Amino acid sequence: MQHHASTLLPARPPLLQKISVVQWAQHNLWGTPVSAITTVLLVLILLWSIPSLFEWSVFHAVFTADADQCQAARGIGACWGVVAEKYRLILFGRYPFDAQWRPLLATLALTCLLVGSCRPAFWNCYLSVAWILVWLLFFVLMGGGKWFGIPTGLVYVPTDQWGGLPLTMMLATLSITLAFPLSILVALGRQSTMPAIRSVCIIYVELVRGVPLISVLFMASFMLPLLLPTGTSSDVLIRVLVGITLFSAAYTAEIVRGGLQAIPRGQIEAAYTLGLSYWQTQRQVVLPQALAHVVPSLMNNFIAIFKDTSLVTIVSLYELSGALGLAVSGDPNWRPFKLEAYLFITLIYFCICFAMSRYSLWVERQVSHR
Amino acid sequence: MLNWRSQRVRAWCYQAVLIGILIVLVGWLLHNTLGNMRMRGIQSGFDFLLDPAGFDIGESMFTFTSTQTYGAAFLAGLFNTLRVSCIAIVICTLWGTVLGIGRLSGNALARGLCYAYTELFRNIPLLLQLLMWYVVMVELMPDTEAPLHFRDWVLLSKEGLALPWFMSEGLTLTPEFLALTWGLTLYTSAFVAEVIRSGIESVPLGQIEAALSIGLSPWQRLRLVVLPQALRLIVPPLTNQYLNAIKNSSLAVAIGYPDLVSISNTTLNQTGRAVECIAIVMAVYLTLSLLTASGMNYFNRRAALKER
Amino acid sequence: MTSPLIQFENVDKWFGTFHALRDINLQVHRGERIVICGPSGSGKSTLLRCINRLEEHQEGKLTVMGIELTDDLKSIERIRRQVGMVFQQFNLFPHLSVMDNLTLAPIWVEKLSPKQAQERAMQQLERVHIAEQAHKFPLQLSGGQQQRVAIARALCLTPQILLFDEPTSALDPEMVQEVLDVMTSLAQQGVTMLCVTHEMNFARAVADRVIFMDEGQIIEEAPPKAFFENAQHARTQAFLKRLLA
Repeated sequence: MQHHASTLLPARPPLLQKISVVQWAQHNLWGTPVSAITTVLLVLILLWSIPSLFEWSVFHAVFTADADQCQAARGIGACWGVVAEKYRLILFGRYPFDAQWRPLLATLALTCLLVGSCRPAFWNCYLSVAWILVWLLFFVLMGGGKWFGIPTGLVYVPTDQWGGLPLTMMLATLSITLAFPLSILVALGRQSTMPAIRSVCIIYVELVRGVPLISVLFMASFMLPLLLPTGTSSDVLIRVLVGITLFSAAYTAEIVRGGLQAIPRGQIEAAYTLGLSYWQTQRQVVLPQALAHVVPSLMNNFIAIFKDTSLVTIVSLYELSGALGLAVSGDPNWRPFKLEAYLFITLIYFCICFAMSRYSLWVERQVSHR
Repeated sequence: MLNWRSQRVRAWCYQAVLIGILIVLVGWLLHNTLGNMRMRGIQSGFDFLLDPAGFDIGESMFTFTSTQTYGAAFLAGLFNTLRVSCIAIVICTLWGTVLGIGRLSGNALARGLCYAYTELFRNIPLLLQLLMWYVVMVELMPDTEAPLHFRDWVLLSKEGLALPWFMSEGLTLTPEFLALTWGLTLYTSAFVAEVIRSGIESVPLGQIEAALSIGLSPWQRLRLVVLPQALRLIVPPLTNQYLNAIKNSSLAVAIGYPDLVSISNTTLNQTGRAVECIAIVMAVYLTLSLLTASGMNYFNRRAALKER
Repeated sequence: MTSPLIQFENVDKWFGTFHALRDINLQVHRGERIVICGPSGSGKSTLLRCINRLEEHQEGKLTVMGIELTDDLKSIERIRRQVGMVFQQFNLFPHLSVMDNLTLAPIWVEKLSPKQAQERAMQQLERVHIAEQAHKFPLQLSGGQQQRVAIARALCLTPQILLFDEPTSALDPEMVQEVLDVMTSLAQQGVTMLCVTHEMNFARAVADRVIFMDEGQIIEEAPPKAFFENAQHARTQAFLKRLLA
């Protein structure tokens, strides 16, 4: 029985099927008995917790900076007045009150730089110049005083008075920036065929990754003064920065190494047959591919380091949590409302970290589409 | 003759230069350190471990008094660290697996809630979470006179969680311990959930199609085909999370739980032996990391696929 | 005439806005051996995968063994137990031995005892001439051996219909023949099969009907002799010219 098509059918678009809400719920909420029971249980839990949460945080909450009203509402409503009252101390730490426009401006400049660096459209040589200029601006604004002998017209503020959000951002961003070239060298060193170089890199990475960040910070805090020549003093900030940089370099090196291992040997062989040297091969062929491969992991690493900067409060640098402690614990009027203040900086951290993780997912999609 | 163009010769030269630089660097650092220590009158050596500690420890697994040695204090701290880490690891594995599978569930409500949980707990620093839980345990819990209770078995108050029936004299878990374990568990579970989810999603689609084509039910698919293969992909990052949990327990120092780092900090402040104390802490954590990693490695080898 | 085992009636399928299957009308009767060929992207695999609901069709009616394919999970599971599939990438379960791969479904889906399942598995392994590898693991076998195990796995459920989705396309040339031999002997035993393949010698030797698809549509279907010697549609002729050149 032989037959063939008499006409060739052209393509046509599909008839849009509208799925009603009931159908969606049927499929997603009570499709199977287990699913139905789960839905019922979860709805019960939500009904039990959400309304009381809402009442506490919105309905009965006090939004003005009135300590007496807050006391009266204790246990019934949240005291957001503590945020209204203390937000400047929390955000900027012990920075002189009337000069707080400086860290504000510095943080905004840094944020703009970081957000701008996220867009591929801006990835050219002007970006590197922008990075150097913005960092210079940041430190000049924050520190003031005299720079290279030239007076800036701004009052000098010593680094132990820097705190809050500007400190967090600076520590996270600067340590990652400085750690990045170091981590590439260490990752390449770990792949090296020369045993001495390989051993040194392995020891460094495994040592740093095996201990908590707190130990590294303590080490930087207590041991660095001992390691430097007698008589030199070093800034707490510099010590902490060195600690975080060495710490993040070890983790970043592992991530870069994962990317390097994913590059097929054939790529390197092809580069060598074209006459490229080792460093040229790494720079032109291997690293661009390896790094593109691991951008999501690098972003996750950045988010982790950003969260880890909160630990510097343990070595007496007053970032957000530490500044909060200073602002609220010391003030008996507002001390009972510490939790609300904590929720405030939780919101800040969450927004920043969540935004970064969304960006990381976006980058992942971009890279996989190419 | 030494040929500069020979790769081997160059390799040896580079390494010799590197080792030379390292020797010079280490020598310089040692020189500085000894000079500084001399100047500040800091003594060195581990003999201080046999001296009496002179401080009490809030809680420990064996009775510790201030007359016992620094060495015993460090041991107490180590046990406290292990106590928190082990409990956190066990619970976060179970809860994290539930969350991870929940994120792939057919029920949209379960999916959404698990997603919300993982995003919330992963994007807030652990220190902040611990500080908040500590405030809850210490200020928001009822007073000892009127605790939250379930019959006479479980009593929850500002003094912690009391279980009067436990063994002979009852057991009280301090608010510091509760805040640390609870916070660490909730935090790590979110990461374990992500590891489990991505492990399951990484099982190739072809495997699922093959399982579908032989008529397995969704539960059978998960149990017989997906999870065994996902386990391969899950064990290495899961090991990482376990190591993170052990290291993160060191944040105890921020809420006053006497773990290893906390006790080392106190000792350091009292004796001034910064180098030794930090070295002890680092050595202990390195050992714990190595032990956990090799244990998980054994597990990994057993889960591996048999190839040619 | 008995009712057909598989019946496509005006079936259309889209992937998003891409019109993958256009107005498919097809009947397959018990014992028929069908070979589907065509250029890549023509919808051959999609058509096959609609039969055991690995893909969903949007318009038209598709009936398998008298059961209509809809969203109903129970009927889908009933159909899948009677329809066996062999994939291009074999898709053996790498964490299970060959024997366990084969006994998995009989034990868990048909609720056979392990002993009965193993007996059945050994029978099928002998049918595909690979009984000696029963205790090896899939990654320890060659591609041709893995595909033969995959065929045995599909046969273990004693399906009424066997679907082959380009079974030899991922194999080295030396191993293609051993798999084709197994498929030929199955065909000679009267198994109802639909096979998407480029192996035209196999089609000539074994098929009752050859179907040519292009751009989602069935362009031509005929018994092999008529198909290869007297193709009527211009597209079929062009395809055969390229393939057999």
